[in-house]
Amino acid sequence: MDPFLLEALLNGVLLGGVFALPVLGLNLIFGVVDVIWLCYAELVMVGMYAVWFLYTQAGWPLFLAFAICLPLVALLGGLLHVLVVKPLLSAPPINQVLATGGVLFVLQGAATLIFSTDFRSLGVEMPPIELGEVFVSGTKLAAFIAALVGAAVLWAFLKFTYVGTAIRAIARDREVMPLMGVDPRRIYLIASAAGGALAGLAACLLVVQLDVHPFVGLSFGPITFMICVMGGLGNMLGGFLAAFLMGLIVSVGGFYGSTDLSYVVAFLFFILVMFFRPRGLFTR
Amino acid sequence: MSGAGTLELSGIHAGYGDFQALFGVGLHVAPGEAVGVVGPNGAGKTTLLRVISGLIRPTAGTLRFGGQDLAALPAHELPGLGIAHVPENRRLFPHLTVEENLKVGAYTPSARRHFQQRRDHVYTLFPRLKQRRHQLAGTMSGGEQQMCAIGRALMSGPRILLLDEPSAGLAPLVVQQVFELVRRIRQEGLTVLIVEQNVAQVLRIVDRAYVLETGRVAAEGSSAALAEDPVIRRSYLGGH
Ligand SMILES: Nc1ncnc2c1ncn2[C@@H]1O[C@H](COP(=O)(O)OP(=O)(O)O)[C@@H](O)[C@H]1O
Ligand SMILES: [Mg+2]
Repeated sequence: MDPFLLEALLNGVLLGGVFALPVLGLNLIFGVVDVIWLCYAELVMVGMYAVWFLYTQAGWPLFLAFAICLPLVALLGGLLHVLVVKPLLSAPPINQVLATGGVLFVLQGAATLIFSTDFRSLGVEMPPIELGEVFVSGTKLAAFIAALVGAAVLWAFLKFTYVGTAIRAIARDREVMPLMGVDPRRIYLIASAAGGALAGLAACLLVVQLDVHPFVGLSFGPITFMICVMGGLGNMLGGFLAAFLMGLIVSVGGFYGSTDLSYVVAFLFFILVMFFRPRGLFTR
Repeated sequence: MSGAGTLELSGIHAGYGDFQALFGVGLHVAPGEAVGVVGPNGAGKTTLLRVISGLIRPTAGTLRFGGQDLAALPAHELPGLGIAHVPENRRLFPHLTVEENLKVGAYTPSARRHFQQRRDHVYTLFPRLKQRRHQLAGTMSGGEQQMCAIGRALMSGPRILLLDEPSAGLAPLVVQQVFELVRRIRQEGLTVLIVEQNVAQVLRIVDRAYVLETGRVAAEGSSAALAEDPVIRRSYLGGH
C-alpha cells in the first residue's frame, strides 16, 4: 500500500481517538441528564488555557498542569450543571440548549478579555516515531494512547461501580430510580462532573496539538456534535465508533485533497447519514 | 398500633395535578403480615403504592412506617428505611444484565455491604436468575423478569415488600410460580403488601385484604371472610 495513504489512515485513527473523548463526555451527559451542552468545546478551551497558563506562565511541570486541568474542568462541569442546567431541568429543551449556548459566548468572551485573541502555543513536540514504513507524530500517538486509557477508565467506571451502573440505568428509566434508593439529582451532578473531567482530559490532549485561542472550540466542537448525532445521541459505543469513522474520513479526505476539503467531505457524509439513518448509524 | 415496622396510612388523599385518585384511604400492615389490595382497573391501587414509596406526595392524610412520618422524606431515602417497591410492569433495566439489575437494587450504602450475601440468597430463591445472571434482563421471559424485579427489590434488605400486580401479563402456570414465591418470601418473615387484580389467587396467600374502588376502601377483612362475601364473590371471583 502507498505509505502516504497508510500514514493518512493511521493519522485518521489517531484523530478518532481524540474526537472520542468529547463525544463520550457529551453522550454521557445527554444520556443521563437529557441536556445537550452546546458549550462543551468551550469547556475544553478553558482547560487548554489552564494548561497553557500553568505551564508557560506559571512555570509548572507539564504533568502537574495536566493533573490540575482534569479536576478543574470537572468542577466547571459540576458548576455548569448546578448553576445553569439544574434550574432549567423542567424547562423546554430549546431553553436548555439556548442557556448552554449562552455559556458558550460567555466563555469565549471571557477568554478574549483575559487572554486576547492571540494564538497561544505550548511549544512542546515529541519526536516522530517510525512504525514500519511510516512516521507518526509522537505527540499524536501519546494523545491517542491517553484518550484510549481515558475511555477505558470511563468504561470500567460505568461497568463495575454502583454509581456507574446506576448511570447506565438512569439513562433508560429515570422515574423508577428513587425506588432503588438512588437520588437522581446526585447522579446528574456526578455525570456532569465526569463529563467535565472528559473535557479536561480532551483539553490536555488537544493543547499539545493545537494553539489555544478563544475560538479554538470551533475547530472541533461542530464535528464533535456531528459525531454524537451520527453515533446516536446518548449511545456511548456508537459515538466511540463514529469518532474513528469521522477521524478516518477527515484524514483520508485530507490526503486526497486539502484539509478544508476533507471537512466538507465529512459534513457531506454526515448529511447523507442523517438522510438515510436519522437516528444514527448504529441505532436499530 | 405503631409497633416497629407497622405501616399505617390514614385519610390519604392523592392524585395527579388536578385529578384526584385517592379519597381518604386508610390502611395498616403489621410486621410479618401479608396484606392484599384488590380492585378493578383504575381504582387507585398503583397510586396507593406510589404514595407509600414516596413517588407521589399525598395532599392530605398521614403516612407512617414504624412510627416514623414518611411524608417528610424524599422517595430515595425510603429503601434505606426498609421499604422496597416492585413497580407495576416490573420496570427492569432491560439493557443491563440480571446481575447488574440486582446491583442497582443494592445501591444504598448499607445494601452495598451485603451485596454478595443477598445476591446469593436471591439466587437460591430464583435459581433461574443464577443461570441467566449475565444475560440482558430484557431478553428474558415475563415470568423471569418478574422474578428479577422481585430479586432486585430484595437486594435492599427490606422489612416490607410492596408488590404491584406481579402476576399481570403472565401465563397461568407462571402466575402460580410467582404466587408460590411470594408465599415463600413471606414465610421468611418479610412483611408483604400486594396489589392484584387476580383476586382469587391473591386471597390464598394473604392474611387480610382491602377492596379499593374508585379511590376509596369499599371493604376490608380477612381473606377467608372476603372469599365468602357474596358481593366480593359476584364482583371479583366470578361466583354467584
Ligand atoms: N400519571 C398519571 N396521570 C394522571 N392520571 C393518572 C396517572 N396514573 C394514573 N392516573 C389515574 O389515576 C386513577 C388511578 O390509577 P391507578 O392508581 O393506576 O389505578 P390501578 O392501579 O388501580 O389500576 C386512574 O383513573 C388513572 O387514570
Ligand atoms: Mg395499577
